[in-house]
Amino acid sequence: MQHDDVIWDLIGNKSFCSYKVKTKTQQFCRNEYNITGLCNRSSCPLANSQYATVREEKGLCYLYMKVIERAAFPARMWEKVKLDRNYAKALEQIDENLIYWPRFIRHKCKQRLTKITQYLIRIRKLTLKRQRKLVPLSRKVERREKRREEKALIAAQLENAIEKELLDRLKQGTYGDIYNFPIHAFDKAMEKQEEDTESEEEEEEDEEESGTREFVAEDEFEESDLSDFEDMNNLKGSSDEEEDDEEVSSEEEETEEELEEEKTKAKSKGKAPLKGPIRKKRAYVEIEYEQETEPAQKSKAT
Amino acid sequence: MDVTTSESVSKKKGKTKKLKQKIKTDEAPVQEMEQAEIEVTENKSESGACFPPTFSVSEIKNKQRRHAMFLKLKEEKRKAPPKEVPKTIENQRIYDETTVNPEDEEVAFDEGTDEFSAYFNRLTNPKVLITTSDRPRGRTVRFCEQLATMIPHAHVYYRRGLALKRVIPQCISRGFTYLMVINEDRKVPNGLVLCHLPDGPTAHFKVSSVRLRKEMKRRGKDPTEHVPEVILNNFTTRLGHSIGRMFAALFPHDPQFVGRQVATFHNQRDFIFFRFHRYIFKNEKKVGIQELGPRFTLKLRSLQKGTFDSKFGEYEWVHKRHEMDSSRRKFHL
Repeated sequence: MQHDDVIWDLIGNKSFCSYKVKTKTQQFCRNEYNITGLCNRSSCPLANSQYATVREEKGLCYLYMKVIERAAFPARMWEKVKLDRNYAKALEQIDENLIYWPRFIRHKCKQRLTKITQYLIRIRKLTLKRQRKLVPLSRKVERREKRREEKALIAAQLENAIEKELLDRLKQGTYGDIYNFPIHAFDKAMEKQEEDTESEEEEEEDEEESGTREFVAEDEFEESDLSDFEDMNNLKGSSDEEEDDEEVSSEEEETEEELEEEKTKAKSKGKAPLKGPIRKKRAYVEIEYEQETEPAQKSKAT
Repeated sequence: MDVTTSESVSKKKGKTKKLKQKIKTDEAPVQEMEQAEIEVTENKSESGACFPPTFSVSEIKNKQRRHAMFLKLKEEKRKAPPKEVPKTIENQRIYDETTVNPEDEEVAFDEGTDEFSAYFNRLTNPKVLITTSDRPRGRTVRFCEQLATMIPHAHVYYRRGLALKRVIPQCISRGFTYLMVINEDRKVPNGLVLCHLPDGPTAHFKVSSVRLRKEMKRRGKDPTEHVPEVILNNFTTRLGHSIGRMFAALFPHDPQFVGRQVATFHNQRDFIFFRFHRYIFKNEKKVGIQELGPRFTLKLRSLQKGTFDSKFGEYEWVHKRHEMDSSRRKFHL
């Protein structure tokens, strides 16, 4: 005799069943031949000698049946019947195979078959549609990328780059006549021209000075002395002396100019710190002349 | 007498010469005296020439010249060592052999005949279709809308589960030049597929740090309908060039300078930063920019020839993590 009750008594209630999964509200059975998936007296394949299930392999449904007569032969215990692909025909096949079987098992088998066919249909539909491919992200890589992006952002200095590019485009003239800024560019061009002319003048002055001869008076000579000699020298003398004075004064001016220009140029080149302390050490008399070499062209332009 | 004079001479000389001098004094003081005199006379005559090595500046008898030599030496000391240039990743970047030379004829020829030549020869006007992956969430939808306001002639269409391969022929028939698909993951846009339509290349980017308009600080008003200018920075290699042209072809040719809007694609270390600004020139040395519009960063994942076909497409460039990410100094764009 198959002692189903004893088996159920043990595995169902008192003792341990390895297929049983307990949750708060329910008990499930993990046995692959279980028809409902719950742990019940009527659904347990171990505790029922006459039992049937519907299972699916590779898209095909099979009916498995177990009877008492084969209980002693575990290798042949389950009888496997292939069911038809057509749902209605499969139902009929179940009916015909499980004729005279308990209502519960027949009903549950049909229910299970229905569910299986439904999910097989769904699978076929989904494979036709576009499938979402899930790509696994590596956390380490993501972190690394994020950090590199932050650093690249800092290195990019976007605002400066954009401003620089826009200013370059303005200078190149891609904006045409929309913006009225070219005044400063004009001034810059004029300044450049002045520098060129000044350097030319300097060169000319040098050349002149090396060649020309002048008659210079002694140190104590003053202009007031001229008045004494006016009558004696008349026009020629006075004119000569005036010319001499002018030349002397202009020479001084020019030399002062050069010095100042050199100073300013040196300052612009950044050599002032070198010459500054050395100059302070010497006894040095600086004579400053106010020059009008700065262009009045700025005022003209405005 | 001779010994003392030679010793005084050696004292005057520099520290480095001391050893030599001492040896010399031991050997032939008289000869050294004569030699020193000769050297001095020689130096008097030549003021700027090279000196024999056993000579120091302090030996020049002429005060003017000695002073000049001292100044020179001081200057040299100040100048050296030269200022060191700090090493940056951009400085240390491994030279990429596909870097484009501006005068390269082959590149110019390629660019004259590639898929974008139609755009650059002003034969076509860009028209962009923006869509998303299935079932977009709010953030992605808003992002798409904002993109559409920035890019002129852009239209947003809801995806509704359509397959891209079916969408593309329809787009071509309706005259679109670009298809932009924004992929979404967990309610946040994370990918961008940019497909140039009449069988153009398809680029797939990873999108990160998306900031929508209302999240921007100190932003300006909404962008107007004027066509913006485009700035493309740092696209140096061949690959970078082709990507740069892809971006350029998104926008119409003639920007409307009245609108004073500029869209920037700045490549730095293979990350492409996108910004949208409004600029104003205060004077010709200063410009003020105000950020409107969304911002995001892109990283190129793959570039495929032909329209979107992930299975059978021919890939020009694919980012292979283990090969390409191993060096911190090597960049591809």
